Amino acid sequence: MTDLIERPDSDEAAAPPPEETAPVFKPTRRRRRDYGAMLGAAWIGVVVIAAITANWLPLPDPNEVTDTFSKPPSWGSHLLGTDSLGRDTLSRCIFGARVSMAVAIGGTAMSLVIGVALGMIAGYFRGAKDGAISLLINFLLAFPPLIFLIALVAALRPNLSTLVFGLALLGIPNFARVARATTIAFAEREFVTAAKALGARPVRILTRELLVNVMLPVMSLALVVMATLVVAEGSLSFLGLGVPPPTPSWGGMLAAGRESLSEHPHLMFVPALFFFLTVFSFNRLGDWARGRVGRESSL
Amino acid sequence: MARFLLLLLLVSIAVFMLLELIPGDPVDALVPEGATPEMREQVRELYGLNDPLLQRYASWLGGVLQGDFGRSFQTRLPVAEAIAERAPVSLELAVLAMVVALAISVPVGVWSAYRPGGWVDRVATLVTSATLATPSFVLGILLVYVFGVQLKVLPILGWVPFSQDPVQHFSHLVLPVLTLAAGECVLFTRLLRGDMLATLQQDHVLSARARGLPTWRILARHALRQSSFSLVTVSGVVIGRLIGGTVIVESIFSLPGMGSLVVNAIISRDFIVVQSVVLLTALIYLLMNTLVDLTYPLLDPRVRKATS
Repeated sequence: MTDLIERPDSDEAAAPPPEETAPVFKPTRRRRRDYGAMLGAAWIGVVVIAAITANWLPLPDPNEVTDTFSKPPSWGSHLLGTDSLGRDTLSRCIFGARVSMAVAIGGTAMSLVIGVALGMIAGYFRGAKDGAISLLINFLLAFPPLIFLIALVAALRPNLSTLVFGLALLGIPNFARVARATTIAFAEREFVTAAKALGARPVRILTRELLVNVMLPVMSLALVVMATLVVAEGSLSFLGLGVPPPTPSWGGMLAAGRESLSEHPHLMFVPALFFFLTVFSFNRLGDWARGRVGRESSL
Repeated sequence: MARFLLLLLLVSIAVFMLLELIPGDPVDALVPEGATPEMREQVRELYGLNDPLLQRYASWLGGVLQGDFGRSFQTRLPVAEAIAERAPVSLELAVLAMVVALAISVPVGVWSAYRPGGWVDRVATLVTSATLATPSFVLGILLVYVFGVQLKVLPILGWVPFSQDPVQHFSHLVLPVLTLAAGECVLFTRLLRGDMLATLQQDHVLSARARGLPTWRILARHALRQSSFSLVTVSGVVIGRLIGGTVIVESIFSLPGMGSLVVNAIISRDFIVVQSVVLLTALIYLLMNTLVDLTYPLLDPRVRKATS
């Protein structure tokens, strides 16, 4: 506008106003639909529902041995084929999803609760508490992840609950770090000072004022941790150190499929596909959530 | 440094306790079945299992510090020997994987940051997100299927010592190294691309371009050096992780490294081997992380100034 005032007689004055000043109500750019994330959510939803309702679905018993061995996937009685003992692959994949989802959801929830609590305490109180918690977290991070799990599996015999517990330990440092950093960033803000001035106790400030703000980045991290834990459980099962047979697990199926790779590659491809789709979905959802959080926190 | 030593102490205590926590009497693994109570007592005395916890920890730690990890329950051979025999395999795998990962991801990362949205960038994004969703055990078997079973161009199993046949040695390593490198490649490419994108926006890059310097020189000297920090940080962590992470690859390709040693030890309940390998890998991991912290100021003068 200053241009127009300084040179009222130039021909630019007649030109259409520049972009910035033109419409008062800028049409807000419509948010692009993230189809990848939507498909990911759909896949995770299907897997979770199938895992929960597996007992009522019209499926053969996952451990029922039949006399059709290593049948490739096709329309008909065994949709995804059978394994080398004649067990139905679809049924084993769905019952195997129970292990993967228990680990993904249970393990992540457990490490989220513990990690966020530790991180917030460290970030809010600082000092000795921060030192002790940081040491604990560095201790958990001192082991390469898979070696850490192998050590745990050696000490605690593998069954579903010890696996969930071990994997939860693996996830704690991630949550604690993010929670600590976010708490430190928010602890100096006015609303916290106001709450303190009103006489709120630390517990109230942590749970009522800070927790909401910490949860936003934590939730998008949770999706990524879920993907990591599914892979970690798969690695253990693949090495034969996961849930003991005959309980089906994707990693165990993959390890079994490896034995007959040249004759019956489908025994490997089916569980491999389940792994790929699940991890891919969690990752896409994580990316999507991170994008949303980034946008909201910049407001 | 004090923190490093404190962590080392904690790790050693945890690793020592690992053997204590294992359910069952350790003597069961040492005596033949149907041994008399007197024999069991003798073995207990011989291995010092009747001593108080603290004393056993001290003598164990003393042994470890002198390179004596104890003897395997199964083979009765010193664990240190078994590890010394197998460690070079894992180490070679880890180092080669690191080199391959950097050789692929540095050019790809730099170029995708230089032309964001270009075809290199789009292909790289597609490939990295697909690789990220493929766990290493899935990728390893896929590679075996494609190159070993279908195309029959590469050997899929086993290990040939370098001294015996160098060509065979490396051709047996192609698939394991690729499997191991893939995951780290994704990490490096994404990290470098993000950093480079930020660096290329800065004034000194613009000024270099205005002076008419060739593109490769701007990218390599003016942008890459500044963006390589997080790469160095992560590289240290990654090489530590690779040494522990060769377990899967060694199991798929039956390579005689530390990973297969530890897996077999768990299956045969030879826990003293597990304990030693866990301790060693944790030690390497911690050392790498500390080294990274120490080399940081050498690379970035800003950090040097801030800390001094």
